[in-house]
Amino acid sequence: MGQTLTEKILARAAGKARTEPGENIWVNVDVLMTHDVCGPGTIGVFKQHFGPTARVWDRDRVVIIPDHYIFTKDEKARRNIEILREFAREQQLPYFYDVGTERYKGVCHIALPEEGHTRPGEVLLGTDSHTCTAGAFGEFATGVGNTDAGFVLGTGKIWLKVPPTLCFVYEGNPPPWITAKDLILATIGLIGCDGATYKAMEFRGDALAQLGAIAADFAGTAVNERGVRFNPLIEERMTLCNMVIEAGGKNGVIEPDDVTIEFVEERMKAAGTYRPYEPLKSDKDATYEAVYTIRVDELEPVVARPHSPDNTAAVSELAGEPLDRAYIGSCTGGKLFDMIAAARILAGHTVKIDTYVVPATSEILQALDRVRLNGKTLRQVFEDAGCIIGPPSCGACLGGPLDTLGRLNEPLRCISSTNRNFPGRMGHKEAQVFLASPLTVAASAVRGAITDPRELLP
Amino acid sequence: METRIRSLAYVLGDNIDTDQIIPARYLVYNPADPEEYRMFGRYALSGVPTERAGLPDGRIPFVRDGEYTSDYQVVIAGKNFGCGSSREHAPIALNAAGVKAVVANSYARIFFRNAVNGGYLIPLETAERLCEEVRTGDVVEIDIDGCLLTNITTGKQYRLRPLGDVRPIIAAGGIFNYARQAGLVPNQPDSSSA
Ligand code: SF4
Repeated sequence: MGQTLTEKILARAAGKARTEPGENIWVNVDVLMTHDVCGPGTIGVFKQHFGPTARVWDRDRVVIIPDHYIFTKDEKARRNIEILREFAREQQLPYFYDVGTERYKGVCHIALPEEGHTRPGEVLLGTDSHTCTAGAFGEFATGVGNTDAGFVLGTGKIWLKVPPTLCFVYEGNPPPWITAKDLILATIGLIGCDGATYKAMEFRGDALAQLGAIAADFAGTAVNERGVRFNPLIEERMTLCNMVIEAGGKNGVIEPDDVTIEFVEERMKAAGTYRPYEPLKSDKDATYEAVYTIRVDELEPVVARPHSPDNTAAVSELAGEPLDRAYIGSCTGGKLFDMIAAARILAGHTVKIDTYVVPATSEILQALDRVRLNGKTLRQVFEDAGCIIGPPSCGACLGGPLDTLGRLNEPLRCISSTNRNFPGRMGHKEAQVFLASPLTVAASAVRGAITDPRELLP
Repeated sequence: METRIRSLAYVLGDNIDTDQIIPARYLVYNPADPEEYRMFGRYALSGVPTERAGLPDGRIPFVRDGEYTSDYQVVIAGKNFGCGSSREHAPIALNAAGVKAVVANSYARIFFRNAVNGGYLIPLETAERLCEEVRTGDVVEIDIDGCLLTNITTGKQYRLRPLGDVRPIIAAGGIFNYARQAGLVPNQPDSSSA
């Protein structure tokens, strides 16, 4: 009997020929990532249990990306970054993307592939629930806590229960106003925010080769000084995998294809992080716990209402709902694709409500000055529309310290391209957050109320 | 491992996510520092909207203003408890506040794992809608080996699911102790290594 991609990756990482869902196995970890919010605790666990002078199991496999609380005056937040800095120095870690240096990146899940740390067939763990984003590269990627991460730092190993796999097949040709964000919100609405708890979500179907159409004419544009090229399809696949955690999923995964290989090879070579890897695919006769088929050509843009990502509705059902604020950013909706999509709508308009644009990484921030839409840079488009552009980080996606740009310090109604709208997520616990695609967020910013992006697409 | 827990119960609904358990603004504290660890107790469950804090009536603070620990050592909730982020600060906050066990219909995976591996509290599951049966402030007694929760206040009893394959990790006090017993990590922190 065949195995799914997730089962095959885990079996190989455990040194076994095969694994079955439900089996507890010890797995060798290829990359461990941590950041400023969970890093200090992880380092504490590591030192407590392995001793004050212990060394990490493999310094080339530890990646530290401060991203959460960066542009704040909060002293403890700054102290936490200092703890990371000290640890990176002491352990001589080559992959520490320090704040205030040329290397500073921003949101870890976007920085990982940018810097060539995502490889098909590998096992990636991170002290952040959206580590699942990297499943877009055909690897097993999941979030863990400080204790697990501290254990991995010392041993390179983790115990995992092999998840059964749910298969989601996206069929048809997505119309240009349908983004991966709409697909994943529709999927979460279908199965609920605990619909994939303890399970792997594998995404398949011909639509996965056609995502990103709204930015397709920018594909191949050089985005940084290393000449690395923009790939809207890959970015959209990342958005799909990013939100599996909002359905409770353990990991999301997409089989690697030629596009994946080209992307990761280009990134690894540019960043100098190349190492051999072996892609895997699901067997033809793999056993899935369930298979869902979703026709994407019939989809309307989707919005998740407060206070849960599975509280979904078609945008037409909510059209006209008044808003106070719009936010475009995060690992879900702050990539270059999301910037281009939003700019397409915003070009030639002015926003009616406070609108924040926070690129996920410094590479994306720089790309705002490189990429031009009808002769204007993306930065000009956003500024002319009256948006406030923030520095790259997690920003107000998770609220954060009170002085975080865009944080909901009052009970406002906000539409956001981020991933969570549980009470208090973006700050005030009585605030109302609507989740949507960057197109829908931008269209709603222009009207000051929830708006179908089709009404404003040129 | 404590196998009988008797305490006042604090009751919550479905989908209590990690931002409600410990709001993001408090994540600046470092749990590796014992003084800062206490702060997580102070703000435990402070993100739950007031109307839904302590069901069925709501408006019951979990930790009294200015205190670091709670009067409630058992939390009862609906489905998908601990969903959202992977922050270990969530089970840490409950632990710092003095919570010994949570009884919920289901858990988000990472919260459950963190609670067990860090040895912070015992996450128990039940098929019954205890969050609609028990009132905040009822006295409950949990018998872990008997898989039973008794509401002392009402006299009613409810079945709990057995802990299953995580029981040895909980009994050992977390993944490190468990792995030490299995010889996976050294017995003493080795301070002689370079
Ligand atoms: S952008 Fe938001 S969801 Fe993504 S890692 Fe940062 S806080 Fe988490």
